[in-house]
Amino acid sequence: MNVSDPTSPARHDVAAADARGPARQGAIAQFCHRYALLFAWAILIAIFGAIEPGSFLQVQNFTSMFNSQAVLVVLTCSLVLTLTASEYDLSVASVLSLSAMLIAILNAQMQVPIGWAILAALAAGLLVGTINGVLVVVVGVESIIATLGMGSLVSGITLWISHSNLISGISNTLVTYVIVPQFFGISLGFVYAVAIAGGLWYFLTYTPLGRQLLFVGRGRRIARLSGLAVGRLRFGALVAGSFLAAIAGVLYAGTSASADPNSGDSFMLPAFAAAFLGSTSIVPGRFNAWGSFAAVYFLVTGIYGLSLMGIQVFIQNLFYGGALIIAVALSILVRRSETREPDIAKEGN
Amino acid sequence: MNAAPPVLEALHFSKRFGGTLALDDVGLTIDSGSVHGLVGHNGSGKSTFIKILAGYHAPEPGAELSIDGHPVRLPLAPGLFRSLGMAFVHQDPGLIASLSVVENLRIGAIAQGRLHRIGWRDEVRRCEQLLAEFGMACDPRANVEMLRPWQRPMLAIIRAVDETRRLLRETGRHRGVLILDEPTANLADSNVGQLFDVVRRVQEAGFGVLFVSHDLDEVLAVTDQVTVLRDGRVAGAGATSGFTRNDLVRLIVGHDIVPSAPSPTQATARSDHLIEVHGLSGPGVRDVDLSVAPGEILGVSGLIGSGFAELGPLLIGALPAWKGRMRIGTTTIDLTTITPAAAIQAGMCYVPGDRLREGCIGELTVADNVGLPVLRRFFRAGWLHRRALASHARAQITRFGVRPPDPTLPLELLSGGNQQKVLLAKWLQLEPRLLILQEPTQGVDVGAREQIFAIIRAFTARGGSVLCLSGDHEQLEMLCGRVVIFRRGRIARELVGPEVTKDRIAHECLGSDLASAA
Repeated sequence: MNVSDPTSPARHDVAAADARGPARQGAIAQFCHRYALLFAWAILIAIFGAIEPGSFLQVQNFTSMFNSQAVLVVLTCSLVLTLTASEYDLSVASVLSLSAMLIAILNAQMQVPIGWAILAALAAGLLVGTINGVLVVVVGVESIIATLGMGSLVSGITLWISHSNLISGISNTLVTYVIVPQFFGISLGFVYAVAIAGGLWYFLTYTPLGRQLLFVGRGRRIARLSGLAVGRLRFGALVAGSFLAAIAGVLYAGTSASADPNSGDSFMLPAFAAAFLGSTSIVPGRFNAWGSFAAVYFLVTGIYGLSLMGIQVFIQNLFYGGALIIAVALSILVRRSETREPDIAKEGN
Repeated sequence: MNAAPPVLEALHFSKRFGGTLALDDVGLTIDSGSVHGLVGHNGSGKSTFIKILAGYHAPEPGAELSIDGHPVRLPLAPGLFRSLGMAFVHQDPGLIASLSVVENLRIGAIAQGRLHRIGWRDEVRRCEQLLAEFGMACDPRANVEMLRPWQRPMLAIIRAVDETRRLLRETGRHRGVLILDEPTANLADSNVGQLFDVVRRVQEAGFGVLFVSHDLDEVLAVTDQVTVLRDGRVAGAGATSGFTRNDLVRLIVGHDIVPSAPSPTQATARSDHLIEVHGLSGPGVRDVDLSVAPGEILGVSGLIGSGFAELGPLLIGALPAWKGRMRIGTTTIDLTTITPAAAIQAGMCYVPGDRLREGCIGELTVADNVGLPVLRRFFRAGWLHRRALASHARAQITRFGVRPPDPTLPLELLSGGNQQKVLLAKWLQLEPRLLILQEPTQGVDVGAREQIFAIIRAFTARGGSVLCLSGDHEQLEMLCGRVVIFRRGRIARELVGPEVTKDRIAHECLGSDLASAA
């Protein structure tokens, strides 16, 4: 059967076209809601620009911010993917560290060509993702617990293979291809991050698989009754999420030309904060790539501005922690206010 | 009986909801040491009556209640029933499966912080004594999930009796009332006998028992007195021994029906049946054979817990079957290994009764919900054509008369009837061979109900087969040419053609023996 099935009853235009009007004023509110984060970002820039006009409003400030936070963008994308399937992956930060550390050890200490080192790092990400998948989908452990354990285990391995040392001396090739500014101060690392966010956006919005993942995340039972391969989709999301975390690790190695066994830890909370904050914008109510992308730079701008004003390091924790809590609370409150209205509409029928 | 006052005496209970009188001057007396059955259809007022006793509803003025000879002020404050010596055991026994028997038994005491220091050894000993007193054989330290299905309501009853006794000791009263609300509804087995032993021991311990049930076999087996409610009134009451099963059915349904010529196996041997199920057994269901012809709407009904509602999940692979196979056209399917995906592939679609939990995702849009099974059709050249998908969804929901016909609305904003139409659109676009509907008009207003019937009939007119699982007998009469009736997990009866009437279905669900009545 076809989309334009000629045998189907020809009463397509029966009783349509009513109740379509009142949506007009809602559209403006919706627009504001979608882009509120971007407005907030602009306001933040304006405030810091006004306070520190000399040091803050420099092009190179912004380019270095864009370049250095590519790692966080990719890590956030990893979370967006798993969170869409309603799985929490708490091992991503450790995978990032492991991936960066493998590159450092293989390339800087063992003189393995950088290409092979990167492949090994990505393979490690796939391996961790597969173990997560087996634990969560096959065995049935709650993802938050399984990945918490895996995260600790992986970070133990990272400490072990590095003897808890920072390892530097990673090939300049990788550094050139990641962090060295190429055009107008923008590095390739940022380009990769944009490409990955765009790819994730495409996947979640324009492929059947991405839509199916959304259904699995919102209603596992309904998805199963609708004939989706729920187990395979969840497994796939966990593996792909870990893989993206490994890519973030590669970018990290390229950004700093070295690897610290604890390098991933400082990314964990910012990534969650950005993923949740991102789910309140662009496509409000859903974890989405561009919303998270905007959220990363909104948060980083805030921190950068505050640090320029000479505020101490602890502000970073305050800011990210506060942002995470506020973002989650906000999204729940918004959702509640949206579901309260329909009750009236429902009674009308 | 004896001179002692009845343990519970309710007089002139009435309750009005808006314009309708749900309960009209109902009275009921439970003697100490006796089991009193309360029977009636859904909507006959049984649950309203119980909810007044529980303090959940306030009765209309004029109602009187006395417990153990003492008059009680109505309405009861919620929760007060406990200190009066009443205990309720509902259809859902309220046990925590992953905790042990002894923990479940003491859950009330632990929850209220009455135990300051829990001496588990003593608790286990007490629990053993209690279980022995009521003739239940199980390890107090075993988890409730390890118990047999019929042991769970037993444990709930023992817990209720134990709690009530303790409260009676505190208040100085002597006699309690146990109210059992459909305690056997989810048991397909014949092991309910053991449950009845527990009920008898409760009765011997001096309790009065109110036994609320759909199942007349059970009522006849276990009760001393019985009260039949119909349309909120007492249709009949008296000693159970004075009623035959058919008397009770007549009282419940309200009027006698002329038994048509018994035709037990008529018309089942037709060979042109497209879809056949053979020997299906699974949770709640035993040895089911049935067949549906192209263009036929086969109704399936029974009492709550009779197994008819499990048929849908079993056929679609959402519940694991133990045995059975199915033939659709030329394909044969092993029902023990079927998954929902394979069932859909084979041409089956299942529209569950519980829309928001199993049918659709309310927070996603109508287009998302409708588009889910056909996403791949709109994925061309590496791109999901969302606009085409949206206009397809719009065409589908317009075709089925969904209002408003706006595919971008979140589904939860639609009324129940429109949600159901969206779900029908979601599945009928696949042109399945067999559509399994569970309570298709639950929570749907009258107008939408007619539209849904029209959609179902149009589907069968195109040659589709429908299996309609429903406890709504009127709906089955309107839709179906043939209805099979489940009792205790098995098909007990098949009604064909003129036999398919609301009353006849009700009779058969209750298991009245019309041949002997004639």
